[in-house]
Amino acid sequence: MLDLIVIGGGPAGLAAACSAWEGGAKDIVIVERDKELGGILNQCIHSGFGLHYFGEELTGPEYAGRFIRMLNDTGVRVELDTMVLDITEKKEVHLVSAAKGYRVLRAKAVILAMGCRERARGAISIPGSRPAGIFTAGAAQRYVNIEGHKVGSRILILGSGDIGLIMARRMTLEGAKVLACVEVMPYSGGLARNIVQCLQDFGIPLYLSHTIVDIKGRARVEQATVARVDAERRPIPGTERVFDCDTVLLSVGLIPENELSRKAGIEIDRRTSGPVVDENMETSVPGIFACGNVVHVHDLVDFVTAESRRAGAAAAAYLARGEKPEGGALELKNGDGVAYTVPQKIRRPGAKKSVDVFFRASRVCGKSTVAVRRGDAVLAKFRRDRLAPGEMERIALPGALLEACGSGSLTVSVEEGSE
Amino acid sequence: MTELICIVCPKGCRLRVDEARGFAVKGNSCPRGAEYGRAELTHPVRVVTSTVRIAGALHPRCPVKTSAPIPKKLVFDAVRALDGVRLAAPVSAGQVVVRNVCGSGADFVATRDFQLSGPRP
Amino acid sequence: MYDVAIVGCGIVGAATAYELSRYRLKTVVLERRNDVCDAATKANSAIIHAGYDPAPGTLMAKLNVRGAGMARELCARLDIPYRRIGSLVLALGERELPPLRKLYAQGVQNGVKGLSLLSASEARTLEPHIAPGVAGALYAPGAAVVSPWEYGIALAETAVQNGVRLLRSAQVRSIGRIEEGWRLATARGGVEAKFVVNAAGVFSDRVHNMVAPPDFSIRPVRGEYYLLDKSEGARVSHVIFQCPTRNGKGVLVSPTVQGNLIVGPNAQPVEDRLDVSNTAEGLDFVRRTALRSVPSISFRDNIRNFAGLRAVCDRDDFVIRFAAPGFLDLAGIRSPGLSAAPAIAEYAVELLRGEGLQTEEKAHWSGGRKKVRFRELDAEGKNRLIRENPAYGRVVCRCETVTEGEILDALHSPIPPRSLDGVKRRAGSGMGRCQGGFCGPRVLEIMAREYRVAPEEVLQDDDGSWILLGETRRGGDADA
Repeated sequence: MLDLIVIGGGPAGLAAACSAWEGGAKDIVIVERDKELGGILNQCIHSGFGLHYFGEELTGPEYAGRFIRMLNDTGVRVELDTMVLDITEKKEVHLVSAAKGYRVLRAKAVILAMGCRERARGAISIPGSRPAGIFTAGAAQRYVNIEGHKVGSRILILGSGDIGLIMARRMTLEGAKVLACVEVMPYSGGLARNIVQCLQDFGIPLYLSHTIVDIKGRARVEQATVARVDAERRPIPGTERVFDCDTVLLSVGLIPENELSRKAGIEIDRRTSGPVVDENMETSVPGIFACGNVVHVHDLVDFVTAESRRAGAAAAAYLARGEKPEGGALELKNGDGVAYTVPQKIRRPGAKKSVDVFFRASRVCGKSTVAVRRGDAVLAKFRRDRLAPGEMERIALPGALLEACGSGSLTVSVEEGSE
Repeated sequence: MTELICIVCPKGCRLRVDEARGFAVKGNSCPRGAEYGRAELTHPVRVVTSTVRIAGALHPRCPVKTSAPIPKKLVFDAVRALDGVRLAAPVSAGQVVVRNVCGSGADFVATRDFQLSGPRP
Repeated sequence: MYDVAIVGCGIVGAATAYELSRYRLKTVVLERRNDVCDAATKANSAIIHAGYDPAPGTLMAKLNVRGAGMARELCARLDIPYRRIGSLVLALGERELPPLRKLYAQGVQNGVKGLSLLSASEARTLEPHIAPGVAGALYAPGAAVVSPWEYGIALAETAVQNGVRLLRSAQVRSIGRIEEGWRLATARGGVEAKFVVNAAGVFSDRVHNMVAPPDFSIRPVRGEYYLLDKSEGARVSHVIFQCPTRNGKGVLVSPTVQGNLIVGPNAQPVEDRLDVSNTAEGLDFVRRTALRSVPSISFRDNIRNFAGLRAVCDRDDFVIRFAAPGFLDLAGIRSPGLSAAPAIAEYAVELLRGEGLQTEEKAHWSGGRKKVRFRELDAEGKNRLIRENPAYGRVVCRCETVTEGEILDALHSPIPPRSLDGVKRRAGSGMGRCQGGFCGPRVLEIMAREYRVAPEEVLQDDDGSWILLGETRRGGDADA
């Protein structure tokens, strides 16, 4: 029986494994389906990673490389080219590889770090034909950055989240013509800096409140039709505009990959599509922790690292002390203006000086106050100049304050306007 | 007065740069933002990332970046300078791939290690 | 010279080839596309209907019932997924009870076994998620769901293994009479055969018109679908129909044999016989109509939309008769074509025999096939397979747990795929919730390697659908 199995060797799994090792866990295995560690960072060749964690701006591979080197200084073992097929509540992990066949490994603790997948065309039911030349942005990124293929010459990008924006720049630098970036919301989902350095730098127009309403082309994409949408995001007839393109890149959302979590009977939060976790990143199954994009989709890998280190430390502590104590948990609810919080529960509030709570606003707000309430009583307030759904926020709740609450629930909400 | 979004870090502060007053910058949360605001209106620079061919490695492409930001007007020329480059594994992160890109003083360096590996199974 | 040339390798052509492959005959199948079963056969509701729908006395009725009866054993022999889950036709209100009873009587007349009329509460006990206003239902325990493209491919593969010749990308351009039979001019050269079977689907009228005066005409009717994530796969446990209308069986909601939920189709006549695009109006109609029978369907869990063209002709029945001596039309095969296919083939051979086709049975005919499905094996089975060939230990399609070994099996199968979608239809890769986002690049790489072609030669589906444009280039200038 192993101490700890970490499922996924991307940034989350790497940080969690290192942290668990530092915390005293010894018999640790990372299971990674790809031929190398690093996860999605291997194809994120652009810079913008590590400003918080390392104080310098690194590219994805460089960021991954730092943790891979850290890992090499530990005794953590790695199984590459290995796919986890199943995991049970009893922490039996079923895995398969060409080298070792189909095995079941048992561990005292498990950390889920499987990351997320991209939403495909069907998720938004784009009408039109189904020719070659329609890619999710991440799949195109893999083709271009890892394998060096050209995916298209005249490109339309749907979705102005960071992946779409990054690919707009990438494809332009690779010699393609990016005709436009089309975004269904009235605001971009990506970082403002990416609007500048990926679209404005290259004169690529951004069409907010627009979406693709038709794709034409028999064998390969030939045209895409874009229309403005109304407040309910429905296309407005008469506003159509046709783009002659041979490629459409879809950057229409990421979904945490929790097929395995569901198999283990872990409680999933429908708001995040990820496991319900407490402040230690422990799921509803004692001894199974989760961190990174599998819990909720992050904007910055630095936050993934922080969260994953917390999970690793908690897993090591769990191994050292055994089952966690029973007791009520403080539930965090999302109030007005808040889409979700992670963690969703706080179990041992007094154990830490403060607990970081991450949340996403459900709409764009200017100057706002983030309020934490117990019933009607306001326990804490935080000021923010600007909130957007595309930018994950963090508030730090003092441990003493939380301890005084006992169990029950707290509501986090956003009120726009300064006081 | 020009309004800009600072791109130095993910915060994306909204800057106001006053060309008439020696490019004084307001709205920045840190000194790097002030520096960026001034530079962006006088001599804008960018870090460039791309890939080059590599033989004998796990993948056919090796990611690279400029060791420092280079003048924005040189970006496409810089990327073109990578066209004929062929690396051979092993390669280490930080290894210089193209020296003094387009006379900018910055190099293109590899951003990851690649060991020598046989053809993929 | 061939004994028989079959025009079209959809489910009907494939089933006919399978039947003919039992006999000592030289048979050739001519398929216009670069793969078999790539038109209506892959884009339908995937249901083996019980047989109460077609009017009594029609070929549709007779062959539906016979074909549905043959399907279970045939699917087992061909090792393709088949689940007899039963179907319910819902009366969405008291007004629909009389038509429901009529359907029941029709089914009894057609010889369908086990039919019964259920009360509203009985229907709801079977299906808790059906709409509150349901007044009753027609229950047919014999309805089944299959994988229609696997069904067709398996029939075609087995035919090929038993000596049938298949020519793909071989559109038939003209057919002329010769002394002993027919000469077909195709995109891949001329072919001569004593007998011709016209199984050309939406083009079956055009093929007919090559040898005889126009008799019937095909006006394709497009049907659009939603395919939902497996998380919706248990929304209902039977095929849920609404009362049929003039246009057909209407919008259904059904589990698929793979565990997804399929919703559709609508019925939209189209001019272009290759137009399988989806439309906002069509999908909206499907969605609204489906919610009338199962209001809790979570469309946000949709993973794919697609459409297929029914070969609807201006006749009330299948057109199964000789257009000319030795030239057999199997035309206008719309629903229940999938259900009827093996029976249509059986009947076709009977008709050909009547016209003089010599059907001497082969001494050795293997009418079955076995397929490796890694995810369905137990631990010991998985390990035995991996020991034999480690490629089975490398999972390529994460969503559907499809291994490299199975992809290699597909690439080296009797009818090798010419595209990623062809691999998908054989091995299942790319069929899952990420729709090939993860495995697509990996399958493409494997295909390029195995077929020794450049990656940019790999197709998405039919000829011309290249995925990649070459090696990535640099420069600031856009390509022309």
